[in-house]
Amino acid sequence: MEKIKSLADLRKMQDDLRAKISLREKSNEPDKRIQVKVAMATCGIASGAKEVMETFIEEFTKRNIDAVVTQTGCMGYCYAEPTVEITKPGAEPITFGYVDVKKASKIIDKYILNNELVDGIIPVNYHSIDN
Amino acid sequence: MTQIKYHMLVCGGTGCHASQSDQILKVFQEQIIAHGLDTEVQVIKTGCFGFCEKGPIVKMMPDNTFYIQVTPADCSEILEEHIIKGRRVNRLLYENPETGEKVSDSKHMGFYKKQIRIALRNCGFINPENIDEYIARDGYMALGKVLTELTPEATIEIIKKSGLRGRGGGGFPTGLKWEITRAVKADQKYVVCNADEGDPGAFMDRSVLEGDPHTVLEAMAINGYCTGADKGLIYIRAEYPLAVERLKVAMKQAREYGLLGKNILGTDFSFDIDIRYGAGAFVCGEETALIHSMEGLRGEPTVKPPFPSESGYMGKPTNVNNVETYANIPVILNKGAAWFAAIGTEKSKGTKVFALAGKINNVGLIEVPMGITLREVIYEIGGGIKGGKKFKSVQTGGPSGGCLTERHLDTPIDYDNLIAAGSMMGSGGMIVMDEDDCAVGMAKFYLDFTVEESCGKCSPCRIGNKRLSEILEKITQGNGTLEDLDKLQNLSNVIKDTSLCGLGQTSPNPVLSTLDNFYDEYLEHVTSKKCRAGKCKSLMQYLIIAENCIGCTLCARNCPVNAITGERKQPHLIDQDKCIKCGACMEKCKFNAIFIK
Repeated sequence: MEKIKSLADLRKMQDDLRAKISLREKSNEPDKRIQVKVAMATCGIASGAKEVMETFIEEFTKRNIDAVVTQTGCMGYCYAEPTVEITKPGAEPITFGYVDVKKASKIIDKYILNNELVDGIIPVNYHSIDN
Repeated sequence: MTQIKYHMLVCGGTGCHASQSDQILKVFQEQIIAHGLDTEVQVIKTGCFGFCEKGPIVKMMPDNTFYIQVTPADCSEILEEHIIKGRRVNRLLYENPETGEKVSDSKHMGFYKKQIRIALRNCGFINPENIDEYIARDGYMALGKVLTELTPEATIEIIKKSGLRGRGGGGFPTGLKWEITRAVKADQKYVVCNADEGDPGAFMDRSVLEGDPHTVLEAMAINGYCTGADKGLIYIRAEYPLAVERLKVAMKQAREYGLLGKNILGTDFSFDIDIRYGAGAFVCGEETALIHSMEGLRGEPTVKPPFPSESGYMGKPTNVNNVETYANIPVILNKGAAWFAAIGTEKSKGTKVFALAGKINNVGLIEVPMGITLREVIYEIGGGIKGGKKFKSVQTGGPSGGCLTERHLDTPIDYDNLIAAGSMMGSGGMIVMDEDDCAVGMAKFYLDFTVEESCGKCSPCRIGNKRLSEILEKITQGNGTLEDLDKLQNLSNVIKDTSLCGLGQTSPNPVLSTLDNFYDEYLEHVTSKKCRAGKCKSLMQYLIIAENCIGCTLCARNCPVNAITGERKQPHLIDQDKCIKCGACMEKCKFNAIFIK
């Protein structure tokens, strides 16, 4: 193993290593970050939710967006799978339907980065018992 | 490219380790590969989460789901439900004992709500055997900063300003200790880490070493830079094998990265660390005894002065700090003295780790800000007394401390308040006792521990404690007199005043504080020959209530000494001369016909 020769080297090394545990760091304070929940029940997975989730994770890393991506169970909108719920800090959660890989990128470009809405928003028609 | 989406943190602390967490880790790893998920899920063995009561713990990230009492058989369900289908496994979630609701996120559990984790910041978060994870969490950053940007004096000044006091029990200001060692001129100096954790029921040092060994190594190097030492020694008891093993791994990794050894981070500062094993004698937690033990001599204390900072290991200036004290150092240097000093009370800054044990619902390891009240610790974090019994007292400071009772419940916990209440901080053991515990018996238990552990060098401790124990024995036997109570008090004070080291000077504390808080119970033992907790066997009698007894003979058949006689379907009788008071009859009786007098 290479020895660390200076404080600058140590700092650089830390920057590289941070990514490895960022998943854990982020989950400590999810409320301060953009949360993306991908519905991953049988119906979601069958319509490609796994690829969609991967796209989100990859794009966030690539573009350095501070977000937590988690999977959840069936949201009930099986007709519109894959569905994704996005919560920006301080905003109400918005659920998008028919999210394929292409649309995932579009959501990042428009909603996450620029607050513009895109097609396929599913009106919320339930109340969660948490609230 | 697929990316890791889940981190599964499996607790690898001693408690969970003992309940098969290694096996759990292995099953997870095998099944993850079997499901082809090894590119998406990463399993990490971490240090102690603190919630030992409900171990083994498995925590899922990023959704923060906290699974308790996981067994190897549960692994496939967690994988298939949580990871693959995205559904939480409800039956493995923590249940709020008051509302009966399932709590998935540890942040909403009463146990974690009031905690601030500084010394334990990485325990249960990183893999202790992976230096990279430590570095990613600001590890060795404080050392780097200190070596390249700060003078030793400036660093000591920060520690002094932070108000950090020794976490081993005495509460001596850490910065001041470093300054004193620095001021002594010598060709060789040493820094020592005291990991000889000896209080019954205390395990915070072990948990830090097991969960975050690098933080201790980093802080020792910083200490070396500040005091002018190039050699560090960790004195650890050989009965902490897991901590020793993880320390060794950590030291090896730190050397490979050049964070220990010659010319650390390209500076002209060199520092390396060795481990010294203790055989587990309580007195070796006292710094002079510890140093003698490291030198290969008998673990006996010597008179201070000279203090170790002037003449310690091999006659050279030596700075001894406790594990938990060290664990605070890197954070203070990274976040600043003001940040640290903002937590806690006026004279006790920061947090303290306590090991909660005894008759409490949530046994475990907690880190709370100084100034928290006993009530918050016991009822909010600890979840109250087991079985809904009545709280009686808490022993803090182990055998050197005293007990705190109901009237202390709202006293803010810090070094000075605990001493004022007749106890002490100690290393942070907190043993909770309920109405079924006898005050005299409690004092005797701790005293017997010190009698056992006294090194025998000075007579007040060697002989005095033995006599104290004999008087207590006499009282619990029902032969005590009022004169004995005065004797206890006087002898205790003499031992405190005349003993050589901290062990003897504090050993009568449990006696004095129970005398102070539970004098009526002592009186009862002496005058009415009664033990209200029903713990002193000589003072109680098992009796049969004739009206309730139907003569089923169950008690007679279960009595190990055949002390119960009686005809079938006739009330039985216990022969008090034969009875050994084991309680087996009362346990077996289905008709509540047996009671204790």
